[in-house]
Amino acid sequence: MIDPNTAQRFQAMAAPHLDAAYNLARWLTRNPADADDVVQDAYLRAFRYFDGFRGGDGRAWLLAIVRNTCYSWLRRNRSEQATMEYDDEIASLQSMSDPAELAMHVSDPAQLLLRASNQQQLEAALLQLPTEQREILVLRELEDLSYKEIAGITGLPIGTVMSRLSRARLQLRRCFEAMSTTS
Amino acid sequence: MNCTEVRALLAVYGDGELDLPRAVALEQHLAGCADCTALLREQNALRSAIRTHAPYHRAPEALRARLHAALPAATDSDAPVAQRARRPRSTATLRRWSGALAAALALAIGINLLYVAQRGDDALADEVVAGHVRSLQAAHLADVPSTDQHTVKPWFAGKLDFSPPVHDLADAGFVLTGGRLDYIDHRNVAALIYRHRQHVINLFVWPAGSDTDRGSSVKAREGYNLLHWTAEGDVWWAVSDLNAEELREFEQRLRQAGATPS
Repeated sequence: MIDPNTAQRFQAMAAPHLDAAYNLARWLTRNPADADDVVQDAYLRAFRYFDGFRGGDGRAWLLAIVRNTCYSWLRRNRSEQATMEYDDEIASLQSMSDPAELAMHVSDPAQLLLRASNQQQLEAALLQLPTEQREILVLRELEDLSYKEIAGITGLPIGTVMSRLSRARLQLRRCFEAMSTTS
Repeated sequence: MNCTEVRALLAVYGDGELDLPRAVALEQHLAGCADCTALLREQNALRSAIRTHAPYHRAPEALRARLHAALPAATDSDAPVAQRARRPRSTATLRRWSGALAAALALAIGINLLYVAQRGDDALADEVVAGHVRSLQAAHLADVPSTDQHTVKPWFAGKLDFSPPVHDLADAGFVLTGGRLDYIDHRNVAALIYRHRQHVINLFVWPAGSDTDRGSSVKAREGYNLLHWTAEGDVWWAVSDLNAEELREFEQRLRQAGATPS
């Protein structure tokens, strides 16, 4: 039997974070129907684990479950992409690893901003990023979470959160530059 | 700090995550270096472009309803939370009691009242958070959805025994989206709903019963931030998942708007 009080407490805690949960799932799965399924699955899982929730930041606790559900879902359904595990070291070799160099890498700031301010182009560029980079950017810029909170949700060390974030930003600029040269 | 050191820390600085000593050193460098300043400006512009223009995907209503149905029944979450924290009121019955017992009781109640006064803000904070959560939960954010202060304000007339000050702060990025009746501290209060980026702010207002202004105090509850102050004869409680800094800015804007007659 499920205690109705538990159900009520869960609803009160979880319902206000549904938008955040859906937004994250939508950006990770890149598809509304899949985001729907993932969030529903994650919320039911969260309810089953709710006894283990010791209070505190409900949003972080839920987002961690949504994130894990997303990744299991991605592994199951997109095996061809997910067989390549994201590797921070390889990613740092592929991009310029030095953030100082990163900051200097400016081609045409005005052009870049023009593209970033165009919703379609911005969305397209974000969707091109590797999932692991897109995730950090979404948590940072759309959910307005601190490095520490992101580290808590993703289970990554803060240093890794910072380096992924800077690579994500660099990669985003490159996407905009690629758009500039092709269009 | 030289340019190389500054540029390595620029993103962390822009994210507001750099420790104070290094932030100070970095700002000293920026003051004399146009190149680094330009980079910072560009970096900030990119950040705010993402925040403003990247789509934020809200959960569809159908999903919300499906989840509500799928999770075990929790139907009366809309019940008022006001039965908590009842305060002792009636002292009339005391007179019927004999001296010693009455004295003991009076003492106990006195202590209890003291306790209630101290705990008053905490209990209110709980009620305010509960009000905020309920408003997000039941898809019942606004009784009067409107971005026009001249629609929202008159709507309260006849529903409340006071007229809540309603300010449009869209210029500052805090967009009024509606109003609602709520029940806090054993009375009907005005709830004004603002949005800042993706974040919902519930602003609860009711008459303070005195003209003493009180500076604001911040509390955090269950992942929400609360800001509480008294000004112009009204009690104000703002609650949101917004960070405390921006909530303070919201307060400042409201106070400014209150000080200038609209």
